[in-house]
Amino acid sequence: MVDVTVVGAGVIGAACAEALSAAGLRVLVVDRADPACGTTAAGEGNVLLSDKPPGPELELARVSRALWPELLAHLGASAEWEPKGGIVVATTDAGAAALAATASGQRESGVDAVALTPDQVADMEPLLTKHITAAMHYPEDAQLQPVLATVALLTAVRQRGGEVRSGEAAVGVVTKGGAVAGVRTERETVPCRIVVNACGPWSAAFARAAGAPIDVLPRRGMILVTAPLPQSVRHKVYDADYVGAVASGDADLQTSTVVESTQAGTVLIGSSRQRVGFDDTIRVDVVTELARKAVALFPFLADVPVMRAYGGFRPYSPDHLPVIGEDPRLPGLWHATGHEGAGIGLAPATGRLLADLVLSRPPSVDPRPFRVDRPAVIAA
Amino acid sequence: MSSVVVVGAGPAGLAAAAAAARAGRDVLLIDAESRRGGQYHRQDLLDTTERFPLPPGVEHLAETVVWAVEPGRRLHLLTGPADGPGRRRRTVDAAALVIAPGAHDRVLPFPGWTLPGVYTAGAAQAMAKGQRVAVGRRVLVAGTGPFLLPVARAVLGAGAEVAAVLEANRPRWHTEPRGLAAGLAKAPELLGYLRTLAKHRVPYRTRTAVIAAHGADRLESVTTARLDERWRVRPGTERELEVDALCVGHGFTPRLELAVAAGCALSGGFVSVDPAQRTSVPGVYAAGEVTGIGGADLAAAEGAVAGLAAAGAPVPPRLLRRVRSLRRFAAALDRVHPVGDGWREWLTDDTLICRCEEVPYRALRAAAPGARALRLTSRAGLGLCQGRTCGAAVADLCGLPGDAFARRPIAAPVRLGELIDEENE
Repeated sequence: MVDVTVVGAGVIGAACAEALSAAGLRVLVVDRADPACGTTAAGEGNVLLSDKPPGPELELARVSRALWPELLAHLGASAEWEPKGGIVVATTDAGAAALAATASGQRESGVDAVALTPDQVADMEPLLTKHITAAMHYPEDAQLQPVLATVALLTAVRQRGGEVRSGEAAVGVVTKGGAVAGVRTERETVPCRIVVNACGPWSAAFARAAGAPIDVLPRRGMILVTAPLPQSVRHKVYDADYVGAVASGDADLQTSTVVESTQAGTVLIGSSRQRVGFDDTIRVDVVTELARKAVALFPFLADVPVMRAYGGFRPYSPDHLPVIGEDPRLPGLWHATGHEGAGIGLAPATGRLLADLVLSRPPSVDPRPFRVDRPAVIAA
Repeated sequence: MSSVVVVGAGPAGLAAAAAAARAGRDVLLIDAESRRGGQYHRQDLLDTTERFPLPPGVEHLAETVVWAVEPGRRLHLLTGPADGPGRRRRTVDAAALVIAPGAHDRVLPFPGWTLPGVYTAGAAQAMAKGQRVAVGRRVLVAGTGPFLLPVARAVLGAGAEVAAVLEANRPRWHTEPRGLAAGLAKAPELLGYLRTLAKHRVPYRTRTAVIAAHGADRLESVTTARLDERWRVRPGTERELEVDALCVGHGFTPRLELAVAAGCALSGGFVSVDPAQRTSVPGVYAAGEVTGIGGADLAAAEGAVAGLAAAGAPVPPRLLRRVRSLRRFAAALDRVHPVGDGWREWLTDDTLICRCEEVPYRALRAAAPGARALRLTSRAGLGLCQGRTCGAAVADLCGLPGDAFARRPIAAPVRLGELIDEENE
């Protein structure tokens, strides 16, 4: 007998399944493809506090940042966890003022944000442009390999007696007396009282199939990868307009630079945000804009070849907050989605919060901002 | 808006450009090399006589790579030596596009295949033809397929000794009477190769392969072995052979990235085309090895069809018949030179499968399933060649479709500084 079926084997589904199975529930995870092959594989592996203004998402991020290393240690996995820290730099006076204001609010929320002098920045990132007006160090920002992390979470689920099925799409739910009584896959109906919709950018489609539509949309992101280099960027380095791009709902292209080295020696340059539905063709204007901003931060990159571009679709809700909780229209249907580009970082706290709510434990974070029945998520 | 744009100046592209120009269209012919001809007709860089003059109406853009294709047949180009600074960026909107980029060598991995001194058959041929350089003094040619023969001849022509040509299959032509008949015109060429081998006393052995290469810093010797029908080693047939160069080829991998970026449907690892070489995308045509490995004659015939169709001109039935007949021969050639699955048994845990990222067979077996997760957890195919060399082998070993590595939105490396430069046409 299955207690809970989690639909979607990305990092969010895996984290929910891990938390539920840790509490002793029997969990089934189904995914139409292989685990971690969608949005999770298309991410940079960001576990960030720096990009979040004070508010509920930052609270969730702080809990999650503390949980990731704990969880990985508990699972005996490294998943290339690297608490390398982030540096946000401003290149204009307006940017410097905005950065100072954001950091001040973040500090009040308990985030470690340290203003750096030009000498300190030059020391920490010798290859960074000297034309900066302010810089802020966020020692808590970290990095992990999202596919390895997801695999580790799902391995734990299996070890606790759970099951993970790949290549089996969930196509809807069955109900009894107005509540969930099972999940329908393309092969069979699995009886269970709880179904968790963790389909990321495709969660609106599953919610619709389940008869309880929610407003979660895909937003495309693209990342460039350079050839392996001898030089390296030591931290995650962002320009200060990153914060603005995350919070915006404009369909137009937005880019804000994130530059960092990987353990393989390549440099990742992200990231764009664009509402183009599920269109995944390359956009050269996006590539060009990413390149322009990256070279502005790190002039040495001008001579460096880009070898690869990858991208994916990030699930966002119109008010840019994750959706975590039970659907009031259909008891037994839960959603864990809408994390946009922050799902890797927010996964453990999302799983924990969902399990808290399912089991009626005191929640680790205030769940109300993420509830399903808010106007942005359930169209009136 | 340019008229007909042809990518690739090998047999298919040259024929397409000529056919479209003769049909009265302006043609832009784009090729990465400095001289026309492609790999098959690679011109001697030391001899400036032009073997492939172009008809009026064709503009040839040499040393030009297409690094991205956007919807609406918009091509992004970079012109200039790939390793030099100051390549020129340019954008072209094609009224009709013919994709004819050809194929590159397929090489199966085996222990020692990454040693200096081990070459792809195509690279050895290119060095001999283009620069009159032999890859070694005593050279072994091994793998499968008719391509091994011209490679052996080219290596001999560059002044090296060829120790032997080892063909892993024993082509069963008697099972393919129709295919054989369709290819009769190739018989004189084949006899020519065999005569050259005989004249130089080069042994030609079938059901024999190189299963390991040895050497401290570079190739010193190889282990050869007799194979069964599935390419498993016949125990006790292993022999050591001293050579200083090895050329290996196990067929070809189509260069699919441009067709994939343009949105063309694939089938069985090749671009799907109709009899007029039309792909699934309106206005986009494909010809040559990207539609199926078939050699220069078929490529040229398909190119002529694609060029006419792209120009909006009628295609003579005679030409379509020629394509059909050559395809029959190509399909038969392919069937008598299969890649036996026994090659997996040549591998050891430490054999590198992806050489850019140095991923051993062991790591590949431990990787997560699914093309994307597999790449990210093993790093296979994520290096400089982006899976062009290892992709087919990784796909084979991991049960992925053959085109699992074909998606490369950045179709050729481009420097960040080149991206920023405003267009400077």
